[in-house]
Amino acid sequence: MNNNHNHHSTWDTLDLYFIIGFCLLLFIYVLAAVFANHKNRKWPLYRTIFWILGILCAAISLVGPIANRAHFDFTFHMIGHLLLGMLSPLLMVLAAPISLMMRALSVTASRRLSRVLRSWPIRAISDPIASSLLNIGGLWILYLTDLYSLMHQNVFLHLIIHIHVFLAGYLFTSSMISFDPNPHKASFTYRACVLISALASHGILSKLIYANPPASVSKVQAEAGAMLMYYGGDLIDLVLIYFLCLEWYKATRPRAITIPT
Amino acid sequence: MFSDFKKYLSRNLWSGFLFGIGLAAFIDETVFHQLLRWHHFYDRSTTDVGLISDGLFHAFSWFATIWGLFLLADLRRKQGFWFKRWWGGMLVGSGGFQLYDGIIQHKLMRIHQIRYVENILPYDLIWNIIAAIMILVGCILLFQTKNHEKKSKGMGATYEQ
Repeated sequence: MNNNHNHHSTWDTLDLYFIIGFCLLLFIYVLAAVFANHKNRKWPLYRTIFWILGILCAAISLVGPIANRAHFDFTFHMIGHLLLGMLSPLLMVLAAPISLMMRALSVTASRRLSRVLRSWPIRAISDPIASSLLNIGGLWILYLTDLYSLMHQNVFLHLIIHIHVFLAGYLFTSSMISFDPNPHKASFTYRACVLISALASHGILSKLIYANPPASVSKVQAEAGAMLMYYGGDLIDLVLIYFLCLEWYKATRPRAITIPT
Repeated sequence: MFSDFKKYLSRNLWSGFLFGIGLAAFIDETVFHQLLRWHHFYDRSTTDVGLISDGLFHAFSWFATIWGLFLLADLRRKQGFWFKRWWGGMLVGSGGFQLYDGIIQHKLMRIHQIRYVENILPYDLIWNIIAAIMILVGCILLFQTKNHEKKSKGMGATYEQ
């Protein structure tokens, strides 16, 4: 009984850390938007809305009823995965946080930030292939090994894996499409090929989960969860592909129409 | 001008071809998987190669649909869109996808069958014959529009003089 109680309170503490983290991310972004508005052109309101929605998606997947059911219901785990690893990163990439920071910070500070972004470690992990391996490769390990069962018994592992899923999702999305300055941007063809492969391995993994569920997951839940992963992933990838192609479309605009600014 | 025209000819083909693949995949997914539920999401007899092929094809068709439409938008904006040639590419693309799906993915890789009934042969025949007809009609349209290219080549030459 006592042990049970302790177990419960550890998870509650984790919830508290998540909530504090989200409030901080929200506060920093809004504060930066206020600063930027005082200094420069107005920071578009829709970007702030994307940021808030992105944080909300991540929060719903980590704290509250969906997160609680995800502990024993694989379908709800998958809803959480789609929100935390795919939708939330997409919304936060659309919010262009780095551009906002550049505007809000002083000239020296933003130069320092851009030097960090240009450094080799960032260059290495923001390559589309590296980010895909971190993102999709992580999922393969999570669902096809015992890691998935272990995650539900160990709070620390739970924390690390969820942070990884979110960060890898953000890294992956921003290596494909970016509304932020990206000094390491790969060519359109390269990104398109890697995106197709990553999308394919996401689909293949969901069919593998359908056929061989993780140890602690029942067949019915695994089938529902796998189909949710497959079709839900498709929907979000559709938006990703749209923005990637839109970038090409803008870049090949006929010259006569281009107005020099 | 002339080189642009030639570029647009192949772009019309590619735009139609890619969109055709995407359209065939979309119809396959909505009609046969979701509405009729003839196809299975996963079939126990699926081979590993089949699973990979299916995954790659699904991902590529998703990309091809959008990419094909962006190419089309680009052609229209540059006033280089040619419906007949685009339609030819579209038929070859969707017919090609259906034939590949029907013969290689269904039969060789055993991803799933068209329908789980005793006598599947009529389904397979109709599926693949329709695909072959689409490819044939598409090729005819493409050859016709290619001849047009030769005529305009002559025209281009007279203009240059």
